[in-house]
Amino acid sequence: MARPIKLRIWRGNKDGGDFHTVTVDANEGEVVLDVIHRVQATQLPDLAVRWNCKAGKCGSCSMEINGKPRLACMTRMNSFEEGETITVTPLRAFPVIRDLVTDVSFNYKKAMEIPAYAPPANLKPGEARMEQIDVERSQEFRKCIECFLCQDTCHVIRDHEENKKSFAGPRFFIRIAELDMHPLDTLRNRKQTAQENHGLGMCNITKCCTEVCPEHIRITDNAIIPMKERVVDVKYDPVRWLGSKIRKREDIS
Amino acid sequence: MSIERYSYDVVVIGAGGAGLRAAVEAREAGFKVAIICKSLFGKAHTVMAEGGIAAAMGNANSSDNWQVHFRDTMRGGKFLNNWRMAELHAKESPERVWELEMWGALFDRTKEGKISQRNFGGHEYPRLAHVGDRTGLELIRTMQQRIVALQQQDGKNNGDMESHIRVFAEVTITDVLVENGKAAGVYGYRREDGSEILFEAGAVVLATGGIGKSFKVTSNSWEGTGDGHALALRAGGKLIDMEFVQFHPTGMVWPPSVRGILVTESVRGDGGVLTNSEGRRFMFDYIPEVFKDKYADTEAEADRWYKDQANNRRPPELLPRDEVARAINSEVKAGRGSPHGGVFLDVSKRLPAEEIKRRLPSMWHQFKELADVDITEQPMEVGPTCHYVMGGVQVEPDTAAAVGLQGLFAAGEVAGGMHGSNRLGGNSLSDLLVFGRRAGMGAVAYLKGNAAKPTLSEGTIKRAQERLNEPFTNTGGENPYTIHQELQQTTNDLVGIIRTKKELEESLEKLAKFRERIKNVSVSGGREFNPGFHLALDLENMLLVSECMARSALTREESRGGHTREDFPKMDSKWRQVNNVSSVEGASVKCVQERAKMLPDELAGLFEKSELAKYFTEDELAGVKGGSN
Repeated sequence: MARPIKLRIWRGNKDGGDFHTVTVDANEGEVVLDVIHRVQATQLPDLAVRWNCKAGKCGSCSMEINGKPRLACMTRMNSFEEGETITVTPLRAFPVIRDLVTDVSFNYKKAMEIPAYAPPANLKPGEARMEQIDVERSQEFRKCIECFLCQDTCHVIRDHEENKKSFAGPRFFIRIAELDMHPLDTLRNRKQTAQENHGLGMCNITKCCTEVCPEHIRITDNAIIPMKERVVDVKYDPVRWLGSKIRKREDIS
Repeated sequence: MSIERYSYDVVVIGAGGAGLRAAVEAREAGFKVAIICKSLFGKAHTVMAEGGIAAAMGNANSSDNWQVHFRDTMRGGKFLNNWRMAELHAKESPERVWELEMWGALFDRTKEGKISQRNFGGHEYPRLAHVGDRTGLELIRTMQQRIVALQQQDGKNNGDMESHIRVFAEVTITDVLVENGKAAGVYGYRREDGSEILFEAGAVVLATGGIGKSFKVTSNSWEGTGDGHALALRAGGKLIDMEFVQFHPTGMVWPPSVRGILVTESVRGDGGVLTNSEGRRFMFDYIPEVFKDKYADTEAEADRWYKDQANNRRPPELLPRDEVARAINSEVKAGRGSPHGGVFLDVSKRLPAEEIKRRLPSMWHQFKELADVDITEQPMEVGPTCHYVMGGVQVEPDTAAAVGLQGLFAAGEVAGGMHGSNRLGGNSLSDLLVFGRRAGMGAVAYLKGNAAKPTLSEGTIKRAQERLNEPFTNTGGENPYTIHQELQQTTNDLVGIIRTKKELEESLEKLAKFRERIKNVSVSGGREFNPGFHLALDLENMLLVSECMARSALTREESRGGHTREDFPKMDSKWRQVNNVSSVEGASVKCVQERAKMLPDELAGLFEKSELAKYFTEDELAGVKGGSN
């Protein structure tokens, strides 16, 4: 049942690298990560690749497969044409550490910049009451496995290192949206800070992030667009603009 | 080569639920904490927990309380559990769940807007707080975000977000350093650039998870190599009851590349039934004597239970995991298995498609994408997979302090005792939080009583350094991947779900040979992000753990929970009094028997005497009161 396939693997480090083509067996039902592991075990023992759960739940084995950001553990070998050479490269938006492993610390830094959940001051543990229908909107975003494929594909930062400073990326827009839609969160102005501090305005809703999300989170439709709409409402509605100036009311819920 | 050197009050090894909860506790007490992750932050194996977190909040059934949870836990563990740990766990779990909610977790809700609770094997009432079937992800993300929240507070107060908690991702610890009989720090290396890294610390918390990678078929990720177990042993700690390994009854069996990946118990909790190739619901044939009065003996009653739990007994698909795993194993052995060597698990006939997708979204996704099976229409093929080790570092129940080495603490899967011979589903996530917090408190109390941080000697550091570099000193030796595969096959075949004296003895002979082979492992390339090198380090841990498992399993001449001896098929009350304690002396593993502590009257009184009689010796029984429940 095993059939030989050609795998073109990018190997190198921050100083540069090149493609290395190997022929390796693929068995029925296997995914790209299985084949990479076989290469490791039999041909290139020091080939660097990240992985953990191998079940699409942890988001570690993110890479680009034939140029598309994918999870290697969820990309089945039978999705390729017979005889097709499969090319695997590290995520392009992040600096290479070694081979297929990139430095994704950008994302952890951005995570530290998003203001944390702020429950009501008088809420006691065990006393929270929320309707299922009200938590579902935020729950969709909490499905995120932090594979950072959305970050990798986003053209605001994919080839624009200079934008990274002022742009948090789709993963963190859904984090902000999740908190903003949390029934009990008390922090005001989350949408506005998304716009002013996290670069929401730089997104021009091409939906590339939604397309690559392995969890099928509707990043653009359910998080980014609703936040953008509310921000625009306030910014360009003359009555509300005036109101916010006179009464110093900044929240736009 | 220069060493990167840090000094912290507490070093937590492991960034899963237990490690992060310990770190939060130590930071809240004002101490400086380093969190060491083997992988990236947020990828720990906790993320794989699906079904839920067990806590007797009584939201779904108001009859639930800590006493009932305690009873279920002791029954699940066949009364070998450290009763004090089981008591603390049952009492404190609800607070830990509510605390998660205060930190931003969004659990599924009941109609009244409370946290919803679902049924699970061995739990008398619906008890598992959950988020669909991705509860572990919710827990890890909430804890991760709690760490960030505390870092933000520190940033505001001290101008440095990492003043009190710093996360060191992709760092592997190879030694717990000991000075004058006390834990004094840890040594390891940073994967990104291969640099060596040393932490001086007054207290060390092990929260490294499990050992599944010692087995061929496992639900564990590459991280589950028994690191904490081995670190503790080498530093003078002890492991208890390592023979108890949980084979989760339902892992995927097809295609081969996904063999072992977990299929959540919630499938059965939500109405999934197990059938063999003849279409028979075989679990009715496997209800053990001790559980006969609690489980339905007809399909009609089992089916009624889903609608009316007060007047019917539970379906036998919801027996504790060890029972279900053995039953599936027997069916397959008897030639009544599914085409790929498992049995069938079907939820499609119980629930409408939309409801399945809502309650079990990641299962639907996992089968659809990895096996081309639509679980809303077709049955799944499932079989046992190595999932969890009940045995682990011997600890003091209240403080999580490791026995045998001052300043060392252990929580979560790496710690032993809490679950006895078998863990109930859902009791793991709650264990992480209850004992993660207690390990943090234990470390804090210890530091307050031991103000002077031990100083590390050059000799200690040098020894750790040499050990780290050993794989590179061999040339022309064996490939670590080959040895790993053979080791996994050996444990799977000889220390697996059903064991015999002959096979266990054979396993020990083979393991001794592996020890010789491992000395000659050689690796190519440098230290920078080199998985071959890393595996060479892991191999030693896996081997040490496998030896403890095999030796304890050979010693225990009975069958109980996650330890089944074909040559001693019955549970024996005399063995209930015994904990197998493993330690390392020189290069060899020693296993001695210690007498387990007796249940105190106030807890024994939660059980009817007739139930205690199933587990206790006559002498013990004469001494306990027993009550009515």
